[in-house]
Amino acid sequence: MSGNEIVTDVVVIGAGPCGLFAVFELGLLDLKCHVIDILDRPGGQCAELYPEKPIYDIPGFPVITGQGLTDNLLAQIAPFSPEFHYSRMVNGLERLEDGSFRLETDAGEVFLAKVVVIAAGGGSFQPKRPPVADIEAYEGKSVFYSVRKMDDFRDQDIVIVGGGDSALDWTLNLQPIARSLTLVHRRDAFRAAPDSVNKMKALVADGKISLLIGQIAGLEGPDGNLERIHFATDAGDVSVPATRLMPFFGLTMKLGPVADWGLELNDNLIVVDTEKFETSVPGIFAIGDINTYPGKLKLILSGFHEAALMAQRAKKIISPDERVIFQYTTSSTKLQKKLGVA
Amino acid sequence: MKILVTDQMGAEHELEGLEGWRVMEVIRDWGLNIKAECGGACSCATCHVFVAEEWLDRLSPRTDEEEDMLDTVPDVRETSRLSCQILMSEAIDGLAVTLAPSAARDDTAA
Repeated sequence: MSGNEIVTDVVVIGAGPCGLFAVFELGLLDLKCHVIDILDRPGGQCAELYPEKPIYDIPGFPVITGQGLTDNLLAQIAPFSPEFHYSRMVNGLERLEDGSFRLETDAGEVFLAKVVVIAAGGGSFQPKRPPVADIEAYEGKSVFYSVRKMDDFRDQDIVIVGGGDSALDWTLNLQPIARSLTLVHRRDAFRAAPDSVNKMKALVADGKISLLIGQIAGLEGPDGNLERIHFATDAGDVSVPATRLMPFFGLTMKLGPVADWGLELNDNLIVVDTEKFETSVPGIFAIGDINTYPGKLKLILSGFHEAALMAQRAKKIISPDERVIFQYTTSSTKLQKKLGVA
Repeated sequence: MKILVTDQMGAEHELEGLEGWRVMEVIRDWGLNIKAECGGACSCATCHVFVAEEWLDRLSPRTDEEEDMLDTVPDVRETSRLSCQILMSEAIDGLAVTLAPSAARDDTAA
């Protein structure tokens, strides 16, 4: 042990609605949680896919948006002071000899937890990959889906593909350091913020960047090093010299490393029982859209129910000798003290 | 009423659907290879299909919202539609669509 591990009762993987509510149910039982999510903010699908869309089937809320639900859940769990770790993917999960767990993220952190709750929804959000032959060979060398170091793009011939905020923001940010920059989009209309679009159009008018209406068709260059990119346009095939490509087609969910943790899966979903929502590995639970059992419905409210039952079993694992009495937040002064209202 | 669906492998399927169902829901209900990860909220573009040309004019046109989501599809064509935005009705009984590569579920993705 290096001594740098983060030690906690529970690691919750996924900060969507079910992961957040799990913190509440575990918190009522005095269990401390660290929450890890691949996105840079809480909410999961509610934040990434439909923050402004109405949800009509949350009990007690005739209508609430994805962001509104996320904000409410964050307020509800605040008394339990969960610690959040965003923009990280849990790569490794292993069960130690004493039955506890060691988790490792792609940022290199190590967590030691007595219980793991997988609330990862449809899996981890990852960039959509354009269906271009051999693109994998270029990824990480000359094709990038995010900017880690600006210097990797200095004095390069950069091509950015997409019409949303990410594409436009990086067009504006990278233009000053690029040797050349071409923005490519399938149509001459952009869903990005109007201000960014105006700035981009001014750069085009000044001849500082090029705008190409078309779709990516092929990559050219040896050993993963891009030299030229081909596009299909209304005027036929057009090619552009390029040493860097950034495709921005948004995110999609992939199961990711969860598939390698030795859990029983069924059609890319984690098999659990319906008493404790425990996986085939004792101490690892799965709640929300990522689990499956007879009669499963992928509803947020199902995940809330699963979180409550999971928490009871998690408590027994972590404090086997403690006698837990079932209480209501309405009447229990003890619970109300934990919530900071009594 | 029916729709004719060609999957990503080229196999053809005749699917029965009910009035008012989304075409995406029919395809998903029959277990074909469609991810449809946002569940029909026009928020993800993973129910992307190519509509047979002869049917294009008989569908209501793309909304701005659908057009925006199609920007996140790397394999868009003139005939591209999000199948969650097409409602089953007598007027489109027999609609023919092909599942786009970008609509495939993870485990089967090319």
